[in-house]
Amino acid sequence: MAAKGRIVWVSGPAVRADGMSDAKMYETVVVGNSKLVGEVIRLTGDVAFIQVYESTSGLKPGEPVVGTGNPLSVLLGPGIIGQIYDGIQRPLKELSKVSGSFIGRGITTTPVDMEKKYHFVPSISNGDDVGPGNVLGTVQETDLIVHSIMVPPDHPGGKISNIVSEGDYNLETVLATAEKDGQKTPLKMYHRWPVRKPRPYQNRYDPTVPLLTGQRVIDTFFPIAKGGTGSIPGAFGTGKTVTLHQIAKWADSQVVVYIGCGERGNEMTEVLVEFPHLKDPRSGKPLMDRTVLVANTSNMPVAAREASIYTGVTIAEYYRDMGYDVVLVADSTSRWAESLREMSGRLEEMPAEEGYPSYLASRLAEFYERAGRVRAVGSPDRDGSVTLVGAVSPSGGDFTEPVTTHTMRFIKTFWALDAKLAYSRHYPSINWMNSYSGYLGDIAKWWTENINSDWLSLRSEAYGVLQREDTLKEIVRLLGPEALPDEEKLILEVARMVKIGLLQQNSFDDVDTYCSPQKQYKLLKLLVEFYRRGQHALKEGASLSDIRALPIVTLLLKARMDIKDSEIPKLDQLDIDMKEQFKSIIGVKVSN
Amino acid sequence: MTAEGGVQYSKIAEIKGPLVVVDDVENAAFDELVEIETKEGERRLGKVLEVGNGKAIVQVFEGTTGLSISGTSAKFVGKLMEMPVSKEVLGRVFDGLGRPKDGLPDPIADKFIDINGEPMNPEQREYPKDFIQTGVSVIDGMITLVRGQKLPIFSGSGMSHNILAAQIARQASVVGTKDDFAVVFAAIGVQYSEAEYFRRSLEESGALKRSVLFLNTADDPAIERIITPRVALTVAEYLAFDLGMHVLVILTDMTNYAEALREISAAREEVPGRKGYPGYLYTDLSTIYERAGKLNGRKGSVTQVPILSMPSDDITHPIPDLTGYITEGQVVLGRDLFRQGVYPPINILMSLSRLMKDGIGEGSTRVDHGEVSNQVYDAYSRAQEVRALAGIVGKAGLTEIDLKYMDVGDIFEKEFLSQATDENRTIEETLTLLWKIVSKLPKNEITKIKDKYIDQYYQEN
Repeated sequence: MAAKGRIVWVSGPAVRADGMSDAKMYETVVVGNSKLVGEVIRLTGDVAFIQVYESTSGLKPGEPVVGTGNPLSVLLGPGIIGQIYDGIQRPLKELSKVSGSFIGRGITTTPVDMEKKYHFVPSISNGDDVGPGNVLGTVQETDLIVHSIMVPPDHPGGKISNIVSEGDYNLETVLATAEKDGQKTPLKMYHRWPVRKPRPYQNRYDPTVPLLTGQRVIDTFFPIAKGGTGSIPGAFGTGKTVTLHQIAKWADSQVVVYIGCGERGNEMTEVLVEFPHLKDPRSGKPLMDRTVLVANTSNMPVAAREASIYTGVTIAEYYRDMGYDVVLVADSTSRWAESLREMSGRLEEMPAEEGYPSYLASRLAEFYERAGRVRAVGSPDRDGSVTLVGAVSPSGGDFTEPVTTHTMRFIKTFWALDAKLAYSRHYPSINWMNSYSGYLGDIAKWWTENINSDWLSLRSEAYGVLQREDTLKEIVRLLGPEALPDEEKLILEVARMVKIGLLQQNSFDDVDTYCSPQKQYKLLKLLVEFYRRGQHALKEGASLSDIRALPIVTLLLKARMDIKDSEIPKLDQLDIDMKEQFKSIIGVKVSN
Repeated sequence: MTAEGGVQYSKIAEIKGPLVVVDDVENAAFDELVEIETKEGERRLGKVLEVGNGKAIVQVFEGTTGLSISGTSAKFVGKLMEMPVSKEVLGRVFDGLGRPKDGLPDPIADKFIDINGEPMNPEQREYPKDFIQTGVSVIDGMITLVRGQKLPIFSGSGMSHNILAAQIARQASVVGTKDDFAVVFAAIGVQYSEAEYFRRSLEESGALKRSVLFLNTADDPAIERIITPRVALTVAEYLAFDLGMHVLVILTDMTNYAEALREISAAREEVPGRKGYPGYLYTDLSTIYERAGKLNGRKGSVTQVPILSMPSDDITHPIPDLTGYITEGQVVLGRDLFRQGVYPPINILMSLSRLMKDGIGEGSTRVDHGEVSNQVYDAYSRAQEVRALAGIVGKAGLTEIDLKYMDVGDIFEKEFLSQATDENRTIEETLTLLWKIVSKLPKNEITKIKDKYIDQYYQEN
């Protein structure tokens, strides 16, 4: 029986209602005369503490609260891709039809168009036995996405009867009936799933395949694996959002879920304006055909911000279960943590560090544990992955604050953004000394098999140069560069070239914005070769100024922008030219 | 406790700081407007922060000084706080709560709008990309402002932020197309002289009749400052989205706003976040800053230039920090440059305009704008490193190329950054100056500009 109570107290997004003894924890409730959506987060006697997902201005004690009997759930079915939702899966486009340019309250809509017809191709027949997760058939959702219609994971399954033939059906059509133990249940194109409950899977695999993002500092230096977890913390102005947009644009996954959690409205608009015009480098189709947006901007109600993360990850798991690689980008988990803090404060819980609730760490852990590369439940066999990338916005850029420190415990790739690099316009401003990746060893095999076996050693050599430079910089700061011998000055020079020619990447440049793994490898190899030949040349008596004056230097620095992915042979030519030029300076010295 | 036409009068149970607790409340709503009447018949305004169990906590905008428990009554007005708006607000001066301060009667309202506004639907926003020429080289060239952007000025006490904001307001509104423009200025706890400087500056340029001023000066009630930016933005949104004007909103000083918020939070005994500011400071600030933008299918725009003074020039202080996370970039004033007498004393390395990339280039400024600006950023950053090095090893220890970068730093500050407070440079002049700086470098140092632009614009010495 659904609970029916009355409001007794209102303060911001927090409401207390009495007469709620029938309410369940985390049940969705309808609050007040304007029918706002809320969720029960604490029960004391017959008083329910409710967080309300919409603005509570004008709400009065005495107004009714009605339970729905259901936990906060999302609707999963075709029509999700290409949408922009708020934190509780209401499509913003539909909201605007009701309330115009600004977001109104108490509006109910369905997350997808229930009337739209999709061409259903069944893959099972009458009499087949199906279990949870079994694929019934497919529909073409967008040009890029074949959407598998699955038996819901919490469905008992059974013997199939009355399956429809191939044809166009809308979401409410009963596609088939499953019978088990005399119970008949209809199967439709969609089902609902509670957002706070991870969707089940059969097996979990180790993440061994890199998620290629086309960003050199990520793929080459601090890679992330499909099904892995990564975090990108940075003070404001360090380029977090641009980096996340780059991942959402170019990552080699089939589905991208982008959660704008307490961030700027214009950033979501930017994705909406830009993505339909950008083409996926692999399929040539518009990026919007693989993207879902969940937008709960900073000025939208704070409780729905808390929900938006779960809404997004549940949608991601759903597409994972079809066998897709899904990337979920959450910008920013700090704002999500702040919404936890705000509700915790209103619940008058005992605060832990900086006012955050003591369960902050466990909530973060639960979220990041929903990443993974898995075998889905049901037949046929489907392997998919959810990769989670969360931005962190540490206050004052201080990485010792609670959200950053707790996040670091649960992720394996850490891209530390650095305000100093950003101030000198070194973008992406990922600091190579503070960042790390726990997947290097796991994915080296992929590079060996697909690109070249010396990838890992080249990467180590280049990274070694950057590490040496970091220590040498101290000496330079004290004594000036002239205090160093030529061998060490060469390290400074090569480090400069690695920074400009490899680590820096201009996301607004048509060529440089995406870099294929082949091109990344060649650029890396060229720079390492330059270093090796430079060392050799110094031994053979050439001077550092000879090396610096080589025309190849500028060409190497500009190669990332001048040479397209389709022009890899030009990079091979650079290698030949470099060899010749080094020969010439050694030759001069020998003849002297 | 008498009820008149659904309106309720209640007794005051407690007064603490800016808050009063009202007893025997039966029909009050969260966020509702409250009229407090003292024994002497004086009326003050407030709003409901919390309601339930027969009590309401009310925040009194004019402060609680002089209120007494006996004889004071609270009246719940039955609506949220609203601002009357119409085209007649142009040229008017209001106080921090939106009441006329110029001795003229209330403007005849076209409609009444809830001052809290509603969040813009991101799906209905139009992505801002129209270049605003401010005539200030460093802003136009390197921290470009576009229509619908929120770009704050981070300043420190005593620096020239007001002069800069006034110059932007004068020059941005006059130059350019024939589009309808307006300036909305909200003084939030600033000194009277600063507000007056701004008013005079608008008057002299003839822009005053197209401006709306909201003044809460330092001697006005502190809690009123919670409302001042909201009434100002309500008027701005009306002018922009109902009347189709391009509105530039200047809010100064947001630090005073945040302090008023902290005062209320402390009075409510909430768990504080950093430096005693409430944990919801970010969310609260966003309900102000996110009210900038453009909307699909509507002509106008709201552009915000909030000004805030960083306590002790500390950019990691919660107010500038959280502001920077919400706004689309920041213009940071530097104490060193200010001391050297440079105007505007903008530290470009710490400054940024996030929307610049879409507001410049072919069709709006010039195709080479982005690249030349990147190169100058890079060069100026190198120049700062070289200057630091020269401080240790002396000029004699520098290489020839290092010395070139020293020149770049000097010419950048003297010729490009510096300009007079009434000097209005075109974008062409600004770009020529940027190329002049780049041209101090040998061509092989130029790694961020395509060769074809170098061939076209590099100034051979």
